[in-house]
Amino acid sequence: MKTYEEINRKIESKKAVVLTAEEIIGYVEEKGLEKAAKEVDVVTTATFGPMCSSGCFLNFGHSKPKIRMTETWINDVPAYAGIAAVDAYLGATQLRYNDPANMKYPGEFEYGGGHVIEDLVEGKTLQLFGLSYGTDDYPRREIRTYFTIDDLNQATMVNPRNCYQNYNIAINCSEKAIYTYLGMLKPEMKNLTYCSAGQLSPLLNDPFYRIIGVGTRVWLAGAHGHVYAEGTQHSPDCQRGPTGVPWEGAGTLALTGNMKQMKKGFLRGVSLKGYGVSLAVGVGIPIPILDEETLKYTTVRDRDIRAPVIDYSSDYPEKTGKVICELDYEELKQGEVTVKGKKVEVGCLSSYNKALEIAELLKGEIKKGDFLVSPPITRLPHKGGMQSLEIRGEK
Amino acid sequence: MFFHFPQCETEKPIVYHLVKDYNLIINIFRAKVTPDEEGYLVLDVTGEEQDIQRGLEFMRTFNVQIEKTTRGLNWNKELCTHCGNCIPHCPTHALHFIDSETKEIVFDTDVCIECLSCIKNCPFGACSSLF
Repeated sequence: MKTYEEINRKIESKKAVVLTAEEIIGYVEEKGLEKAAKEVDVVTTATFGPMCSSGCFLNFGHSKPKIRMTETWINDVPAYAGIAAVDAYLGATQLRYNDPANMKYPGEFEYGGGHVIEDLVEGKTLQLFGLSYGTDDYPRREIRTYFTIDDLNQATMVNPRNCYQNYNIAINCSEKAIYTYLGMLKPEMKNLTYCSAGQLSPLLNDPFYRIIGVGTRVWLAGAHGHVYAEGTQHSPDCQRGPTGVPWEGAGTLALTGNMKQMKKGFLRGVSLKGYGVSLAVGVGIPIPILDEETLKYTTVRDRDIRAPVIDYSSDYPEKTGKVICELDYEELKQGEVTVKGKKVEVGCLSSYNKALEIAELLKGEIKKGDFLVSPPITRLPHKGGMQSLEIRGEK
Repeated sequence: MFFHFPQCETEKPIVYHLVKDYNLIINIFRAKVTPDEEGYLVLDVTGEEQDIQRGLEFMRTFNVQIEKTTRGLNWNKELCTHCGNCIPHCPTHALHFIDSETKEIVFDTDVCIECLSCIKNCPFGACSSLF
């Protein structure tokens, strides 16, 4: 048994033993759980993939004379301004003004909220356009100016739903191509897409949220951020494998961090043809090895983690709940799988390569004493499901 | 082989002559031939070295720029996140994982047939066409 304080003392003295969630598998196999639990202080987990429920609060500072912006556009992408005077919230999936969307199907969706966020972190100059109705204390009714992230007072990333514990595998059983948030799916099950870092993914290494909770310090695109709440659609009641690892969606995290500390390359605008725009986010989460049980969960392997294959041409949009079959991440990583007796090519929207890079970067920061682990203030709910939206009349 | 036509020579059946008169095996990758506009022709040319040279001589009688290239498709490593969404959309596996451990994407120009489906399917804009 180790405490957070003991582990942090080791990190501060640069003596912490840190391994990635990939390295720990072989390490425990070789040394045994008991010995390894004594030796290892932290296991780093990571993921990099599109996380649509991402966005940021920006504070622009006051112009002379002042404006209380009621509508704002950044590089022609609308940002929500129904908050205090010069604050705005820019969402990752927001389309650019006048984007034809799917009017010419399938739409291109070349630029949107996710791309603005990428440009902001890269230090590019962006255009702000704002309108107001004008008040006695905020007389200006229109503003157009240019800014970079350095000109902002605050740029705070606030992502209500990140790091889905596990995710659907999308396939298309129909006779025509379909365009989804999991990419283009060719007709008649010619390809499928999964989206998870599998054995490296944060919540798959802490399946019952024993370690990761509200207040946990996380590596968010290079910044030291936090889990601020359970993520939206957090749904721990789900089908789980023998080791407790979820075999479907399950838990999610709400994350926040200072965008001024974020690094280029770990926030990337996403254009999904025929679907829309999004933001790919890189997240790393350390798991302090408090005891053998904590360590055991981090030894989860791709072959232990399964995900449901769902037909995105009918069962997903119609919400039938039907699952074609389940596949594990070891099979998926082979590049070709068999579904209903047919060979199917595998695509992925989550970058394992980037996730590995993040797990290594986080490992490096912890080893250098630059990243301390934090105990959760509140645990995430480990029970509860997800409600559907009923379409009904007023009474 | 990349042929760029500053002014289009549309009246002449160029590919026909390359096949018929110079005994070349032609695989057309891409072509844009519009009257009175700039145009291009991207061909994979197979045949005896002598025949290829004679074919090129024939091509030079037109007002064309000739480049020996197979690179009409550009994969930008800096923009690639190595997610692997392109993999099932690349019919010749020009885009592939270098190994199953690091899951790093590489692009093999030699086997690219410029079908351009990677351009439509890359969420990060890593693939683009040079023309």
